[in-house]
Parts: sequence; structure tokens; C-alpha cells
Amino acid sequence: MIRILKYVAIDILKNKIVIAYTIMLALFSWSAFSLEDNAAKGLLTVLNIVLLTVPLVSVLFATIYVYNSNEFIELLVSHPVKRSMIWKALFIGLSLSLVTAYLIGVGIPLLIFADWGTALIMLAAGMLLSVIFVAIAFLSCIFTRDKAKGIGISILLWLYFALLFDGIVLFLFFQFADYPIEKAVVFLSAWSPIDLCRILILLRLDVSAMMGYTGAIFKNFFGNSLGLVVSFTLLALWFLIPFLWSLRKFKKKDL
Amino acid sequence: MIEIKNVTKHFGKLRVLNNLSLQMMKGECIALIGPNGCGKTTLIKSILGMVLPENGAIIFDGYTIKNDNEYRKHIGYMPQIGRYPENMTIGQVIDMIKGIRHEHTALDLDLFEQFELSKMLDKKMRTLSGGTTQKVSATLAFLFKPKVLILDEPTAGLDPIASEVLKRKIIEARDRGCLILITSHLLSELEDIVSQVIFMQEGNVVLHKDVNDLKIATGQETIARSIVHLLKMETV
Repeated sequence: MIRILKYVAIDILKNKIVIAYTIMLALFSWSAFSLEDNAAKGLLTVLNIVLLTVPLVSVLFATIYVYNSNEFIELLVSHPVKRSMIWKALFIGLSLSLVTAYLIGVGIPLLIFADWGTALIMLAAGMLLSVIFVAIAFLSCIFTRDKAKGIGISILLWLYFALLFDGIVLFLFFQFADYPIEKAVVFLSAWSPIDLCRILILLRLDVSAMMGYTGAIFKNFFGNSLGLVVSFTLLALWFLIPFLWSLRKFKKKDL
Repeated sequence: MIEIKNVTKHFGKLRVLNNLSLQMMKGECIALIGPNGCGKTTLIKSILGMVLPENGAIIFDGYTIKNDNEYRKHIGYMPQIGRYPENMTIGQVIDMIKGIRHEHTALDLDLFEQFELSKMLDKKMRTLSGGTTQKVSATLAFLFKPKVLILDEPTAGLDPIASEVLKRKIIEARDRGCLILITSHLLSELEDIVSQVIFMQEGNVVLHKDVNDLKIATGQETIARSIVHLLKMETV
């Protein structure tokens, strides 16, 4: 697999989009920290930028890249290479390059301006988000052969997770305000990785006002340390399940 | 050497391979012919494990190819339309395949030299003409001296000189004892190469015969005429 990974990595590194993405993240986070007078405010600005852009870029870039790798996959499949190896190498290559971009773009200013504990949690959250949305992109690629449709599905999924989800939860809450639905809402929050990441970081920052509805209940329910463990586990499931599902489908795909 | 047992494959509702069975032996050079869309390429892709049939088994050297990939070490495949990563150069593609195969046996660089690919190593795959892409495909198919060669329309798009070079290479491989499977619409090109003919129609094998037997049975001098003769007899 390492041999295949090598060629995937070289190919992605030559791609200028990842470099542009790194520079964009760096610009955003440096300016957020230097414009705000206190680091906590800057951190929240960076958090909001990260929660919107990292999933969008990861899901779009990965979807387009996988569709463009069709020829590469076809070429390798006629040689003695395991199918699962090709898919895993693509996944690891894409994840690694996006995670590296995030670490360079956001990681450096974070470590300089924020305190280390918060910075580390935020780094972990951003890395997980990148990997999760690469996995989601793989899943939408395997469901349709049509590139335009695949990209459409990816954008819709991003829209749903980034914007619609919290709205739906809030809507449900107002509709069922007369009932004890706290537990149900905690359960619901597990269904969006972006929400989970927001909760994860805000639990650490302890700014309940910014937490959003699901976050507030999550904190109430789990407390700080158990909340961290639960949300990390859920996030891990969020990239494992989509990726393994896509891998299973890829093994049975006609090329 | 390759045995195909009751293989069926559908694409949606369309039945592409219909309970197809075949046997191919070492040293044979087989022409796989038939009208467009009769399932030739699907059959080839099934042997390579690129298309996974719903029913039946494909046996390579005594072992089923299901869940195996090592058997592909012994196969050189030249696709009908070679599709390569667009941004890679010829040199990078060849290096990558060498790296992935990771074999220590001496490589067969005959075609590489005769097609003069060394002059074009820095050209991107995207910029290549159809014929040059075919030359790269052919070079890769022969590179590892495989026991089985699967050539899908090998001479389509090649200029007459390159086509002659490739033909000579195929004959050389046949004499070495390779199993060779060729699809082509130009029957005249296969005339002096093949020893067997498989004729497919709508996912079925209509005919699998030795070339000489076929010629004697139909009383014709060339493969092309024999096939036409047979088809005419069927319609009458």
C-alpha cells in the first residue's frame, strides 16, 4: 500500500488547490488573532471559520479528486494490487494532505496565540473534521458514477451538516417544548459531526452562550470530561463508518 | 489454463454474459470476435477481475480468481482505450507500474525501444494521441513477460509500422508458449497469428473452433470468409 500511497501523495502535492487552501486558512487565522484584542475572541472567530470552511473544502476537494482518479484506479486494478489497497491509499493520501494543510494553516497561529490545551483540542477537532468529510466524500462518490451528481450530493451533505442541522434541532425543540426531550436532543446532536466538533471545543472554552442549543444540553448531560470522551468516540465513528461502507461497495464495483 | 464456468453478468436489465463457459489452454492464440456490444470486453474485464460476474466461476491455473489478485501477475493486459492519469508523464506511468509490480525479473523492453518511447518520456498522458497511448499500453502489457496476454483491439489506432512491430511481438510471445487472447474487428490482421476462433453473439459463445478445422469445414481460405460463410448459412 505504501507504494501506491507514494504516487497518490506526489500527485496531490502537485495540486495547487491544497497549497491555496493552506494559505487561505493561514490568512484567516492570523488575521482573526491579530484583529481581536483578546485571544479568546480570536479563537471563537477562528472556530467559526474552521467549522464552515474545513468541511466544505475537504468534501469538495476529495469528491473531485476521487472522480479524477478513475483512470488511476482502472490502471491499477488490472495489475496484482488489492482493490482495498487502492481505496485505502487514496483515502489516506487525501486525509494526510488536508490534515497537513490544516496543521500548517491553522495550527501554527493557534499554538502561538491560544493556550496549549485549547489549541490541541481545536487541532484534533479540525483534523477529525477533515478526515470525516473526506470519508463522506468517498461515500458520495461510490453511490453515483456521474461526477456532477456526486459533487452535488457532497455539497448538499455539507449544507445539511453545516447549516440546516442546528436549525432542524431548534425547530424540533420549539415544536416539542412541552415535552421532556433533553435526552432526545443529546442523541440528535450525535448525528452531525460539525455540531459535535463545536460542542467539543466549547466544552473546553466554557462559553455556554456560544454553545448552541445542542451544546448546552450536551454539557448539562455529560459534564466536561465525559463529554469530551463521548464526542471524540462519536467523531471517530463518523469517519470509520462512511469509509468502511464505501470500501465495501468499492470492492464490489464494476470498473 | 483459464476456465470460465457458467458466467452470467447483467448491467441493469441488460444481460451481457449469458451463462457463458469457455476453456483456454496454454500456447493457444485465440481471436475473440463478434459484433459490437456482444460482451467481448465484459468477458475480458471479468477475467481481469475488473467486472465481477453475478454467477459462475473463473478458474486461472486451477484456482478461482474470486478474492484473489496475485494471479494478475501473470497477465499482460492492453485495454481497448487506455485511460491513464492525465497529469502523469509516460516515464512516470511506466515507473509507477514497475514500482507497484515490484518484480525482480528482467523486463522486456523490446516494444519500449522499437516504439521509441524513450524520446517522449516527459510527455504528459493528456497530450498524447490515441496511437501513442496505445503504444504505451502495449509496452506495459509486454513489460513483465506475462504467461497470458489479453489484447483488446490492439492494433486500433496504431500506424502500419507500429502495428507490424506489435504483430511480430505477438507472434514471438505465441511461439514462447503464451496464451494470447485478442479481440479485433479486422479479421484479416489476425489471419497469420491466431490458432483458434471464438465467436460471440449477445453474450453467448456461438462458436469455438480451431482455425484449420474451421477453414476445412466451411471450405474457405481465410478466417474472415469462413465466418461470413457460417453467418450466411445461419440466416438461410
